[in-house]
Amino acid sequence: MALVLDEQQAMLQESARNFLADKAPVAHWRKLRDSRDADGFSRDLWKEFAEMGFCGVLVPEEHGGLGLGHVEAGTIMEEIGRNLTPSPFLSSAIVGVSALLRGNGERKSELLPKIAAGDLLMALAVDERAKHGPRQVALAAKRSGNGFALSGTKTFVVDGHVADLLIVAARSAGAPGETDGLTLFLVDPKTKGLEVERTIMVDSHNAARLMFDNVQVDADAVLGEVDGGWPVLESVLNVGRGAVAAELVGCGEEAFGRTVTYLKERKQFGRAIGEFQALQHRAAHLYSEIEITRAAVLKALQQLDQKPDKAEPLVSIAKARAGKTATLAVQEAVQMHGGIGMTDAIDIGLFMKRVRVAEELFGDANFHADRLARLKQY
Amino acid sequence: MSDLDSFRSETRAWLGENCPPSMRLPLEDDEDRCWGGRNWKFKSDDQKRWLERMAARGWTAPTWPKEYGGGGLSRDEAKILREEMRAIGARSPLDSFGIWMLGPALLKYGSEEQKKKYLPEITRGEIRWCQGYSEPNSGSDLASLQTRAEDKGDHFLVNGQKVWTSYADKADWIFCLVRTNPAAKKHEGISFILFDMASPGVSTRPIVLISGKSPFCETFFDDVRVPKENLVGQLNKGWDVAKYLLTHEREMISGIGLSAGRPLGQVAADTVGTEDGTLADPLLRGQIAAFDIDAAAFQLALERVGDLAKAKQAHPAMSSMLKYYGAELNKRRHELLMSAGGSDALEWEGERSRGGDRARSWLRTKANSIEGGTSEVQLNIIAKRLLELPGA
Ligand SMILES: Cc1cc2nc3c(=O)[nH]c(=O)nc-3n(C[C@H](O)[C@H](O)[C@H](O)COP(=O)(O)OP(=O)(O)OC[C@H]3O[C@@H](n4cnc5c(N)ncnc54)[C@H](O)[C@@H]3O)c2cc1C
Repeated sequence: MALVLDEQQAMLQESARNFLADKAPVAHWRKLRDSRDADGFSRDLWKEFAEMGFCGVLVPEEHGGLGLGHVEAGTIMEEIGRNLTPSPFLSSAIVGVSALLRGNGERKSELLPKIAAGDLLMALAVDERAKHGPRQVALAAKRSGNGFALSGTKTFVVDGHVADLLIVAARSAGAPGETDGLTLFLVDPKTKGLEVERTIMVDSHNAARLMFDNVQVDADAVLGEVDGGWPVLESVLNVGRGAVAAELVGCGEEAFGRTVTYLKERKQFGRAIGEFQALQHRAAHLYSEIEITRAAVLKALQQLDQKPDKAEPLVSIAKARAGKTATLAVQEAVQMHGGIGMTDAIDIGLFMKRVRVAEELFGDANFHADRLARLKQY
Repeated sequence: MSDLDSFRSETRAWLGENCPPSMRLPLEDDEDRCWGGRNWKFKSDDQKRWLERMAARGWTAPTWPKEYGGGGLSRDEAKILREEMRAIGARSPLDSFGIWMLGPALLKYGSEEQKKKYLPEITRGEIRWCQGYSEPNSGSDLASLQTRAEDKGDHFLVNGQKVWTSYADKADWIFCLVRTNPAAKKHEGISFILFDMASPGVSTRPIVLISGKSPFCETFFDDVRVPKENLVGQLNKGWDVAKYLLTHEREMISGIGLSAGRPLGQVAADTVGTEDGTLADPLLRGQIAAFDIDAAAFQLALERVGDLAKAKQAHPAMSSMLKYYGAELNKRRHELLMSAGGSDALEWEGERSRGGDRARSWLRTKANSIEGGTSEVQLNIIAKRLLELPGA
């Protein structure tokens, strides 16, 4: 398969690009932030996402979606990255949908159409510590009544503050560090004993901390198999990683593009700062990093569509590269803008904030380098 | 079955039958490569057979037109051929500046007679070429070159000196940049000519590299007569040909960024050992993993730029990006190989180190970011042509 977008994918990208640049440019995000919006995203915009078909991009047609793949979803993520658009797209339309599809949830035919219509928001609760570690899940699921009782805490649950339904990874057997003994649950956030605390992050996007105190769920809340949740969780995380990598490409490229424009405009010592070779070479190096990362991310997304069971190494390569490249891009962007790059008045620094969060989400570059080394047995 | 599928199975069958087993073994060292040329001594009958069989199919230059000795393959077919050769570990039947550099330039700028005369003998490995670009005072600033070719009616008279001419002492012919109009601006007085290294007045003096090997030379021209018909493209328009050839040279060099040989993780395991299945030196392990990620991504980028070219979406200066990145990656790889090898990698002579192969290869890679245009020059090109930065 060629490492270029096909015609249909390029068309989708174009429409996502126009739509987001028009409806949700960085100014949109600023408005939500500055008004201290209660949700941190626009429900009106989310309705329009649904009308564009974006909410159902991965939802099969028989459930009311577009039935497209991860490459297509990635093109939307990239545009979200370019515009810093706050949106539950990742957690609901990508991660949530993939969890229902891969966990073969009984409630697929009930829930998928709602997601596609923009009527249901989901969020994935995995991490319990400050660093990503899906094997380390400790939140206890004890058999109780006709189901389970959940106790423990979750952190960095993206969009957990607005989710209508949570996907919770819990330990029903074994010890933290083991992959056996994990179970995924679909949990209503209003269930008794569950406390949801909104956490506004450095990028003014939102996540939540969840505190489970003996939260009672029925047996039919289990997504997939009891004690056998790991393969589903891993494959859903891989989907999320690929999507975040695409967002990072968008963030990095936009920050870079704005920087190159600035290099041509800003004058010092009587000439454009872009004439200084010290800056030219750094820009040219960054260009190379971005192009190389783009290839790795597209390949990972194609693999998620074609051979999802074999996507692990490519996804780690893509996420690690995307995180590092976008980090370099935003650091160079601020530096090359000089003092104005440090101000809230221009957007450059905002990209730095978003990239920091996306780099951490679902495993940073070190996490993925370690994972790749393990896969290669060293 | 699609056409490409059947091409693949035919290719696989043909290679299976025709690639001699000894030509499927990894290269022991540079001496195992086949460069061809008038004075070439084949290392084995198999090496000769392999070249002849591949050349007969046109597969030493798979994408060149059949009429000039090529294979007439499409990009997709050529990719399949590469993949199938890689799958059985087949060696390249012929390493050749003619194939990598001169051929593409002749196909674009050469006259019909020139293509008919030079291309088939290149594909058969009969004539070995060298590249006469750099001069003592013209390296990165190549267009300032001073070697002169005076118009003497039916021939040019060439005088001057080239340097760093790889394999000049072994090559049969040279493609050479010469100044034909000293009065014009530097880019506008250059011509691209071809001549026989056996011509009277040509002499070479080998230069020893830090690797201890001597693959390149100083090359001197003293009243060398070159027939007028050996001019490629138009008089004084040689810079266009030179630049076009350089993009091919850069693509060729970027290929070295693809890791060959044993995976670094395994090489390191031999020396530092493992604990619980991971390398016992965690910092080295981290560096290797970071390298592996970049190398894998780079391989995909090479593939993508090929696909972009096919879709007519590639920018020609992307070859500079690949050359820059591939060269730097290969240097990094060899730094890691030295680091993983520790003191074993420092041996310079003797059987155990195969004549100091690890250290010599490491030193050789330092040229990757110099030859074919330095890394800094590639960054200049990216800044100017791809980013369109002012004054670049
Ligand atoms: C192994 C090897 C094989 C070679 N084979 C051949 C061959 O077959 N035929 C041939 O013609 N040539 C060959 N070369 C020569 C090669 O192309 C030149 O060495 C190269 O172009 C650099 O020129 P130079 O050595 O004069 O360095 P210089 O141009 O003097 O460069 C010195 C340093 O200054 C930097 N520099 C120069 N200009 C700029 C600038 N504008 N901006 C920023 N930095 C700059 C360079 O990047 C470099 O770091 C070979 C070289 C090597 C090492």
